[in-house]
Amino acid sequence: MKEENINEQQRNRQYNEYVKQVAPKASCLANCVKAFITGGLICTLGQIFIAVYMENGMSKEDAALWTTLSLVLLSVILTGFNIYPLITTWGGAGSLVPITGFANSVAAPAIEYKKEGQVFGIGCKIFTIAGPVILYGILTSWVAGLLYMLVQWGAGR
Amino acid sequence: MVKGKQSILFDKAVYIEETACIVGQKEGEGPLGGSFDIVVEDPMFGSKNWEEAESRLQEMAMDKLLSKTQVPREQIRYIFAGDLLGQLIATSFGLKKYDIPVFGLYGACSTMGEAMSLGAITISGGCADNVVAMASSHFASAEKQFRFPLEYGNQRPETSTWTVTGCGAVMLTAQSQPVSIKGITTGKIVDFGVKDSMNMGACMAPAAADLITANFKDLEVDEKYYDRIITGDLGVVGRKILLDLLREKGYDLSSNHMDCGIEIFDAKNQDTKAGGSGCACSAVTLCAYILKNMKNRKWNRVLFIPTGALLSTVSYNEGKSVPGTAHGVILERQA
Amino acid sequence: MEFIKAFIIGGIICALVQILMEKTKLMPGRIMVLLVCTGVVLGAVGLYQPFLDFAGAGASVPLLGFGNVLWKGVREAVDNKGILGLFTGGFTASAAGISSALIFGYIASLIFNPKMKKK
Repeated sequence: MKEENINEQQRNRQYNEYVKQVAPKASCLANCVKAFITGGLICTLGQIFIAVYMENGMSKEDAALWTTLSLVLLSVILTGFNIYPLITTWGGAGSLVPITGFANSVAAPAIEYKKEGQVFGIGCKIFTIAGPVILYGILTSWVAGLLYMLVQWGAGR
Repeated sequence: MVKGKQSILFDKAVYIEETACIVGQKEGEGPLGGSFDIVVEDPMFGSKNWEEAESRLQEMAMDKLLSKTQVPREQIRYIFAGDLLGQLIATSFGLKKYDIPVFGLYGACSTMGEAMSLGAITISGGCADNVVAMASSHFASAEKQFRFPLEYGNQRPETSTWTVTGCGAVMLTAQSQPVSIKGITTGKIVDFGVKDSMNMGACMAPAAADLITANFKDLEVDEKYYDRIITGDLGVVGRKILLDLLREKGYDLSSNHMDCGIEIFDAKNQDTKAGGSGCACSAVTLCAYILKNMKNRKWNRVLFIPTGALLSTVSYNEGKSVPGTAHGVILERQA
Repeated sequence: MEFIKAFIIGGIICALVQILMEKTKLMPGRIMVLLVCTGVVLGAVGLYQPFLDFAGAGASVPLLGFGNVLWKGVREAVDNKGILGLFTGGFTASAAGISSALIFGYIASLIFNPKMKKK
């Protein structure tokens, strides 16, 4: 029985190696170039928003917040018209990494799960992808803040 | 008559009397587009949500079958049916209005093979004269259940497949017809430890290879016995692996193997990557393509093998591998 | 000039993440978590702010920047309120991003219906 298990493990390892060899891969370089262009354009758009808002007399902080709002809104609208997923199909990480990707991950389940009701459909599922981001972001920043406090404390003594 | 370890050759013949198949728009635009009974452009099939849409698919396929068949409705003893959704909701809501006893089956994408096998056993065993075997899948309901909401952006790898939207149904009967189910080979659950749910071809190919080898051994034949050996939804990646695995065992299928997943879409122009998948992939290809070619005597003996990847989002999140299974149905053209 | 910087640096970050995704087959959800947490850490060790000052939107628009915002919020709140700040800072600083996504997302769910994918 034991020997059988070891044989099976070995067979599985060999098979997985073999699968890795025969599986076709998309060109990593081409995908990186697409991600670069897509991500670059979204960030440039952010920079344009910042410039426009500061032009109109906003402080740097407020302009940054308004830029976040604008990008999120734009992404949600594009998600509603099913355009955002097409951008990601082409641009990959280029449209996942910016804040617009986060907004897409909130709006998409909200639209998809509306058929399952306000509370258990939209209410729960709106967090399926964004929930972990919020949880672990807050948790990490809490830990970092705690360490920061301890360091301050140590330095104060 | 029981043959070998996992096969049956039926003493009392079972025949395929009529078929019905219905597909979505993308399938209708594919290479087999002209052969389907109905192509529906509305992906919701006139319903309110994706799950209901898939139920509607089953209903439409059943209605179409009832309108084509010579078998009176009250003489249909059982329906063997299944889909991909949790607790088979597409089947239970789709077939409830017919007032016919139903066996609900889950075999992932191999369900059509499972349904035809059990239906044929029932008829051959004298427990029914006419039964329906059917299976459905819907791209959107499957995507929603197994992957992401459709509005969420993601990049599909080259090994991934596209779930076929459709439903295929066949009427099995004891009365003589041109094409018969000569026998079956039932698949084991085969797990080679692949964890990549975006490469289902690699997860299922070992199961298909295992089934084909078992069929050859049980029937004491080899690949030349069949005009075509047709797997369900291995796609281009799974096909390559299958041919390699069988070559190791001394069989060369390169000239007579086909895969429904490769036939149903034009991978280049329809961007379906490795091919089609889902219960409907093998089911509608059987109805629209395989059985037609058998009736025309292009092929006289076919081993039809729907393949299935047995995973759920829970097993995936818990880090389990994706086992595969396959169900072989031996189809023969009567002289 | 600042637009070109934003384009190039934002683009480079995305291209690097693309490489990470291709090599590790990580799902997008995990990638987003990873980015935000990395942003917090980079902010906490003092690397992100100078980078942000240099790159502008190239550094603030990617989710790394969102992590940095979380960190800045917590630090400021800790400076002002001590322990209480540990619990208020993160959400206060990220409020605009999270609330807008939730509220616009909800409104979108009222307006739009699920649609089929063509590709």
